[in-house]
Amino acid sequence: MHDMSAHAAQHGAPTSFIRKHIFSLDHKVIGKQYYAMALASAIVGMILSWIMRIHLGWGSYAIPGLHLLSKTGAPGDVITPEYYLQLMTMHGTFMVFFVLTTAPFAAFGNFFLPIQTGAEDMPFPHFNMMSFWVTFTGFIVLVASFFVSDGPTLGGWTQYAPLSAAGPVGGPGEGWGVVLWATSIAFFCVGQLFGSLNFITTTLDMRCKGMSLMRLPLSAWGWFITSVMGLTAFAVLMPACILLILDHVAGTSFFVPGGLVINDQVLPHTGGSTLLWQHLFWFFGHPEVYIAIIPGMGIVSHILITNMRRPMLSHRVLIYSMASLGVLSYMVYGHHMFVSGMNPVSSLAFSFPTLVITIPSTIVVLIWTGSLYGSKLRINSASLFALGFISMFISGGISGFFLAQPSIDIMLHATYFVVGHFHLVMAVAAMFGIFAGTYFWFPKMTGRMMNDTLGKAHFWLSFVGAYAIFMPFHYLGIAGNVRRYQAFTDDYLIPLIPVHKFITIAALLTGAAQLIFVYNLFYSRFWGQPAPNDNPWEGTSLEWSTATPPPHNNFGDTMPVVYHDPYQYSVEGASADYIMQTSPEPVHSPDEEK
Amino acid sequence: MATTVHEPPKIDLERLPSQGSGNGGWRNLVPADGDLRKVKSSPPPASTGIWVGLASITMTFAALTSALIVRHGSSYNDWWHITLPPVLYVNTLIIIASSITLEVARRRVADFMGGLKHDAGVPARWLYATLFLGLLFVAGQTFAWVQLRSQGLNLTTNITYSFFYVLTVGHAIHLTGGIGGLIRVIRKFNHFALKRSTLDATSRYWHFMGALWLYLLFLLWMKL
Repeated sequence: MHDMSAHAAQHGAPTSFIRKHIFSLDHKVIGKQYYAMALASAIVGMILSWIMRIHLGWGSYAIPGLHLLSKTGAPGDVITPEYYLQLMTMHGTFMVFFVLTTAPFAAFGNFFLPIQTGAEDMPFPHFNMMSFWVTFTGFIVLVASFFVSDGPTLGGWTQYAPLSAAGPVGGPGEGWGVVLWATSIAFFCVGQLFGSLNFITTTLDMRCKGMSLMRLPLSAWGWFITSVMGLTAFAVLMPACILLILDHVAGTSFFVPGGLVINDQVLPHTGGSTLLWQHLFWFFGHPEVYIAIIPGMGIVSHILITNMRRPMLSHRVLIYSMASLGVLSYMVYGHHMFVSGMNPVSSLAFSFPTLVITIPSTIVVLIWTGSLYGSKLRINSASLFALGFISMFISGGISGFFLAQPSIDIMLHATYFVVGHFHLVMAVAAMFGIFAGTYFWFPKMTGRMMNDTLGKAHFWLSFVGAYAIFMPFHYLGIAGNVRRYQAFTDDYLIPLIPVHKFITIAALLTGAAQLIFVYNLFYSRFWGQPAPNDNPWEGTSLEWSTATPPPHNNFGDTMPVVYHDPYQYSVEGASADYIMQTSPEPVHSPDEEK
Repeated sequence: MATTVHEPPKIDLERLPSQGSGNGGWRNLVPADGDLRKVKSSPPPASTGIWVGLASITMTFAALTSALIVRHGSSYNDWWHITLPPVLYVNTLIIIASSITLEVARRRVADFMGGLKHDAGVPARWLYATLFLGLLFVAGQTFAWVQLRSQGLNLTTNITYSFFYVLTVGHAIHLTGGIGGLIRVIRKFNHFALKRSTLDATSRYWHFMGALWLYLLFLLWMKL
């Protein structure tokens, strides 16, 4: 018995403009499309944060032209309390979903996972194309919510019920704004499920000859673990969004309790469970934190090894730790619900794994720092951002110890302490991973080098700026500064306003520093110095053994064969200080698999 | 319906693994003697892909199940106990029958592709029978929804009916995807371009849809 067609169908190189650049089946083009969407989302998210920060520092300051965004939300160019919440919600949604998930995972993963595994493409290119376009549809739907009658939703990126399910009576944006938000996220989930399907199958089935799982680079492992998490997490959020939409559009009662009164109106729902939404959301929501950060862990490890010119202390332990983080992330989601009225025994049950999850995190950090110790690290933009990633991950992770304990979390939960924590450990760290990946892989993606001097300036301004913004958040939280407030008029909050002004100035300057990156990105794309060769960083993994930029089928006429683990640096007796994975040169290394 | 009798394709036992990608396997280290012919082939991506897809669908319906259980346990006493429309039981027999016809079709196709049987009409008839039963199932489900709506029992009548519609419509949408897959299989088979892995993947999906329906029926029968 055998197949009626002898070979797996491979798509040929596209010839039309639309097939080549728009509805492309090529994983590399799809990766770039994801990157472009993430960049646009990041710019939108950053502008929204600027508006919020200016308002928090100088509440009555009129931002010229703001009324163009919303006449009712910003009359006289000063934002209303409700509009502040709407901007906050959109900032969180754009950044968490369309930047932190798409750039490190979908963008870099799409471009480099098939190449690092030695495959010609993803196994289901049509699904891959749909993955991007369905996600992009979600992006457009989310942007459209700015332009419906009462603007986007104000319920926060977590969209807690019953407010999110109550309908227009809940406030501006709680009608169509929520419906569009939930539709956008449902689209996003479907897109990421298509992506995860391809990522998992590529890793398991499309590896070239000789590429065992343990020979995959750490970046590929990061994407693989993330795709498994995405497959399970987004499959839960999607039906939750559908139920939320039904509560709005059809009038069902999944999340709205009976007899609920909002703004003097009794809602016509019966018996919905507000906690049900939180359970469904956070079952996705906490793994989402790791969906954002694990690709960065892999990328940063890959970059550091290349620049240290030696492998990590333990390749396997690093992989097992990242996988442990993925598994444990599902067991800790209840720590987001310590103040939801959950049974105290449940709080304890979620608190314990929350403390346990610090063990693999600590192991990863120890492997990074132990490997860096004594190494002669090549300092460039990519390696600096990789170091910055570690710094942010440690700083943000330490505050996580406090929040893991219910008794402390109850005090800090609704304060800026939590905002500082998750921005450092999840947002800034992941952004630094994206920057590191961009500086590192730019020559392979475009054939040109980014300007390293501008890159280093970008790093130092971002590094100092990020700490200047987010470390004071912890102080504000300990001082009792509640989050989500648009103004601080209570007596005990007024003395904290100067801190907010400092943060706002730091945010504006740090945001402006990102323009250096945007300039460097676009200038280098067209006029940057051509990459000196196919392997400018002297790396060993498969992306450096193919042409720059890679051809349509990634490796030209000859598919690669792999002979070594991915990080053969400083090998004793070797002809150079590194041996490519494709080199048949013998290696006698304790790390090499027997 | 295709009934053409033709020569089965030749089997090339010496065919080496494809020069393209897809020969990674779980631990396919290149042998010390460098003989790449010893490298084992990995399963076709469609095989792994369908399991991955089914895992995702499992998670979706697990989430809906947990929602149903949490909502059922809600302190607000608004849960109705309803009688399921009898047509659902007929539909259950139909979907079980469709799994049987597909399994027969899969074996007949295997015989045909292996050169043991030369009549393409036999497997094609079983594939068409499966397609017909699948469409009949969806029509039966639609009949159940119409019947309930004619009695004034719709999505918002009560949370019990909300879950009934969400679960049954969700299943029907996924099954429609299976019907699409089945049409693709039939089309490829008629053009002699069907891959065994495609048929196997479609079969797994179809059987999973049958098992999922049995589970949902049991859940609805237990909780509603």
